[in-house]
Amino acid sequence: MDVNDRIRNQLDEYPVLLYMKGTPDFPQCGFSAQTVAVLRALNTKFAYMNIFEDPEIREGLKVYSNWPTFPQLYVNGELIGGCDIALELYESGELKEIIDEAAAGQSDAAEVGEPS
Amino acid sequence: MSGTRAAALRARLDDALAPTELEIIDESDRHVGHAGAADGKSHFRVRVVSTRFEGAKRLERHRMVFDALEDMLETDIHALSVLAQTPDDARKS
Repeated sequence: MDVNDRIRNQLDEYPVLLYMKGTPDFPQCGFSAQTVAVLRALNTKFAYMNIFEDPEIREGLKVYSNWPTFPQLYVNGELIGGCDIALELYESGELKEIIDEAAAGQSDAAEVGEPS
Repeated sequence: MSGTRAAALRARLDDALAPTELEIIDESDRHVGHAGAADGKSHFRVRVVSTRFEGAKRLERHRMVFDALEDMLETDIHALSVLAQTPDDARKS
């Protein structure tokens, strides 16, 4: 399975997925921490992947989404943006609308796993 | 070092986006000592006001900024915070 298939599979499986540096409880970058804080403020159920643990996904995502930085927040398979955009959308109320539609049925803060 | 970087950043953004306002804030000092600062790259916050952003959504605006900086994102910039506004947005904010 090539990296684009792996990314697509993850995005198919998790309606709200944050690719971040570190984990929600131990973020390793201020922008990742802020994005987690926004999702938590909205009481969002989200999955995450620590990109430091998967260099192939890390490099692959930059190309897949034409977006060079992390974190990257996806909802229903679509890139919403990084930390700045997530914050802007949070402040305008748009993020809540986007996520409310997508988040139903997702378990809380799941770590992305892949079928072996 | 970081002054040179800020100047290079400014030149790239001036060239690519012809901004009417351009603020570049070097926040590297606030991150000294944390893990991300260990590579010696800089943290910048930029506010770009340009008519080129008209009709472009947030994602596209940010991509235009990233495209302008291109390789600097790999070599010089550890973290970048972007506010991309049209002159109209800037008047309202």
